[in-house]
Amino acid sequence: MGYSFPEEVLEHVLSFIDSDSDRNSVSLVCKSWHDIERWCRRRLFVGNCYAVSPAIAIRRFPELRSVSLKGKPHFADFNLVPHEWGGYAYPWIAAFAKAYPWLEELRLKRMVVSDEALELIAKKFKNFRVLVMYSCEGFSTDGLATIAANCRNLKELDLSESEVDDVSGNWLSQFPDSYTSLESLNITSLSSEIRFTALERLVGRCPNLKTLKLSHSVPLDLLPNLLQKAPQLVELGSGLHTKEVHPDLYSKLAGAFSGCKGLKRLCGLRDVVPSYLPTLYPICFGLTSLNLSDAPIQCPELIKLVSQCQNLQRLWVLDYIEDTGLIALAESCKDLRELRVFPSDPFGQEPNVSLTEQGLVSVSAGCPKLHSVLYFCRRMSNVALSTIARNRPNLTRFRLCIIERFRPDYITQEPLDVGFGAIVEHCKDLKRLSLSGLLTDRVFEYIGSHGKKLEMLSLAFAGDSDLGLHHVLSGCKSLRKLEIRDCPFGDKALLANAAKLETMRSLWMSACQVSYRACKLLGQKMPRLNVEVIAEQGHPDSSPDEYPVEKLYIYRTVSGPRSDMPSFVWTMDKNSALRSS
Amino acid sequence: MEGCSRKDEVCPQLLDLISKDREWVLKSGEGRSHGSPEEKKLELRLGPPGEDWTIKDNTNNNNCRERDESLRYLRYLSSMASMTHNCSNNNNNSNIINNTTTSCGKRGFLETVERNTGEEGYQVKTQQQQQQTKASFLQFQSSPPVITKESSQPCCTKVVDLQNTEKKAFSPASANTAVPNSSQKSALILYRPLTSSPFVSHMYQKKQKICPTAVVGWPPIRSFRKNLASSSSSKPANESQDVVPNKIASEKPVEVGKKGLFVKINMDGVPIGRKVDLTAYDSYEKLSSAVDELFRGLLAAQRDSSAGGIQTKQEEEKTITGLLDGSGEYTLVYEDNEGDRVLVGDVPWHMFVNTVKRLRVLKSSELSALCLGSSKQEKAPLDSALK
Repeated sequence: MGYSFPEEVLEHVLSFIDSDSDRNSVSLVCKSWHDIERWCRRRLFVGNCYAVSPAIAIRRFPELRSVSLKGKPHFADFNLVPHEWGGYAYPWIAAFAKAYPWLEELRLKRMVVSDEALELIAKKFKNFRVLVMYSCEGFSTDGLATIAANCRNLKELDLSESEVDDVSGNWLSQFPDSYTSLESLNITSLSSEIRFTALERLVGRCPNLKTLKLSHSVPLDLLPNLLQKAPQLVELGSGLHTKEVHPDLYSKLAGAFSGCKGLKRLCGLRDVVPSYLPTLYPICFGLTSLNLSDAPIQCPELIKLVSQCQNLQRLWVLDYIEDTGLIALAESCKDLRELRVFPSDPFGQEPNVSLTEQGLVSVSAGCPKLHSVLYFCRRMSNVALSTIARNRPNLTRFRLCIIERFRPDYITQEPLDVGFGAIVEHCKDLKRLSLSGLLTDRVFEYIGSHGKKLEMLSLAFAGDSDLGLHHVLSGCKSLRKLEIRDCPFGDKALLANAAKLETMRSLWMSACQVSYRACKLLGQKMPRLNVEVIAEQGHPDSSPDEYPVEKLYIYRTVSGPRSDMPSFVWTMDKNSALRSS
Repeated sequence: MEGCSRKDEVCPQLLDLISKDREWVLKSGEGRSHGSPEEKKLELRLGPPGEDWTIKDNTNNNNCRERDESLRYLRYLSSMASMTHNCSNNNNNSNIINNTTTSCGKRGFLETVERNTGEEGYQVKTQQQQQQTKASFLQFQSSPPVITKESSQPCCTKVVDLQNTEKKAFSPASANTAVPNSSQKSALILYRPLTSSPFVSHMYQKKQKICPTAVVGWPPIRSFRKNLASSSSSKPANESQDVVPNKIASEKPVEVGKKGLFVKINMDGVPIGRKVDLTAYDSYEKLSSAVDELFRGLLAAQRDSSAGGIQTKQEEEKTITGLLDGSGEYTLVYEDNEGDRVLVGDVPWHMFVNTVKRLRVLKSSELSALCLGSSKQEKAPLDSALK
């Protein structure tokens, strides 16, 4: 092999390499590089907590400081994954407690985290700094109290969108008076009354606090005090709600906001009283991110607000913004990169606002840097989609949800195949796509031939036959995550593309037409896949092999079948008998 | 990636397993049709190992809506039929390439169904399924379950039969009934997935011109967004909750409270919890009967599976009664904003809705063992629990 660098030199070089894929490439060079790299890797990202076991991760990377884990499939966000499906953090944390006493960061997404797990974190990791639990559940404010009481070096505590058993708000007082290292706090999902004095004191004694996202139970009159204690804030999440409009409070608030010269990101504004909105005007120019998706602000006020945010890069807003608001946005915010428009009345039969495809077309025309879109609307046309595609070939994420299923092009009554086809054809760097509306197999043909960089695809109520799925599986070379619900895809495409499944992170199919037989076959033949069937009726053997599976979750794994499955989840493996027929 | 070459290795093995010595050839049409009235066809040729396999897609991209909707349904049926039975639907009446049914060991699921469970079994199962899905969320209108039957007749005849059956089967009244009575030996029944086939339900909607009913997880938004306008009523700590809805209502004709208030509900003995929308009810009685509907089928399925899991006949479903007065096998309790467990039914309905966090259906026999925030006899602690 000749002579090689001293290890220390290589380690030093590698310390500049952060990206996981680069580090993975480094480890493939030769054995010694593999060994050196694994000893100096500090961050690990596990996209599917069942793809690898804690033991394997620990064996490979003995000196981690930061771990990210994801649990449930994405469709869990929409109640398609039954409760108690899995995604437990405890086994990981327990293993890390023994292997990584110097672990500093844990980022968990869609996992079940118990209070016991939180206690382990609090007590076993002496230098713990960052705890992010995004869309998690299973813990209570008691667990948070243990964290507060014990983690002396905690910098970040983020509970975004997690379901917390909110026993009491006293946990905040568990931060000792000597504790001053807080930099980021996100407690928007908590609803109980928190001790406001404790919050004030905490904010006051943490000079590095940059992010403060509060629950809406924090009353408005508290906000000026908080802002005055933390003028260095970069990110704020707060309600602006009060019973009455006090001129006093108004001027205090206006003064406090003006004092926050570095404020760049604003969210919350739940239950906002429109008369308080002008207090925000002084900071609008500095804002790069504005999340108004909780705020029932109507179009005129929205326009006033948004047209002052000329540096806005990210906007999340309700469809109250309407087409006129989006036109104003397109005129004022030329730096816009990401737009999300959420429905204010998702279950209403009739549109309650005047938001159509025109709004999105305007933004696509006016905002040259726009690359990420999530848009809920009630009508769309192929020509609009083609226009958007031509305007914005730099789109990387395009998620369109037409609220009524099977909605065709409202002008021609055709399926929207051609429109989405234009999107994949023109947007060559498209990484994420969600479809809706009336769609036939044709759209999948387009996606298969053009979506070469597509990594995540979400399908619902689309397609005609297995050919659609076959186009996707055989054509999308970069596909990592595929989630499908209520599409007429059956066994053939799945079985014919079985090898593809090992190149992907996961496949979710629910309310499709994949049979038990196909699942069993896949499970038998593909040992490196976990083919999991979710069936509430009973054991798979109690249904004929030709019956369709309710929900199917297939993912690649190096650690074999799960051992923590609930009673309604079965792994199809080599032991699954195929019934003779 | 290496997926391509590996695919060639792996696929033939898999295909060999499935198809044995049969060829899978589904129908093919010629070229891209522009406005031709052909049925939609696809050709999926999977040859023996070593051969390149090709997909020729000749999907008809003509707009189906222009045609008779039943024809589109027909094509769907025939493509389903062709997929499960390897029949070629050649509208030119050219050779049926494939061996239909006789030789292969795998006779398609229909025979299996007939042999094992009988049609009744399937019907019953789907009824049960329908009940479950109906109970959980508003049921989308689904066509009656239909199972394709093999016949030794040429497929063209089958196609014709499909059309006939389709007309019979597709009537609004029979939306939630099982297999139509008209099913005879020669009638063709369509295989129906456990939840409504999207295509079929779509066609049904178009035919009936009804608005789509609610479906689980659609539109795809997070739960906390669903509760947006009514969240003020579900978050009890906010004393100004009375103010906010007024403000919203006065500014815009968006009705607060139209959105759902989804609360988790778990039942003893049923592993999977559910969510109920409390805004759909206005009294405890309605909630109780909804809970009964929701879990009745599941409970029966649990008993069924624990008893051995062979689905030969439907387990007799018992109505769940007495949830509110302690007289039944189960009792409904809830956890309020303070974390206390409270019996359902003691406070006025709207107060309950404001403070409930989650619901539980517990076995009445185990109630005394649990620590409740109050009991039926003592009202006073209940009052204090709801400050």
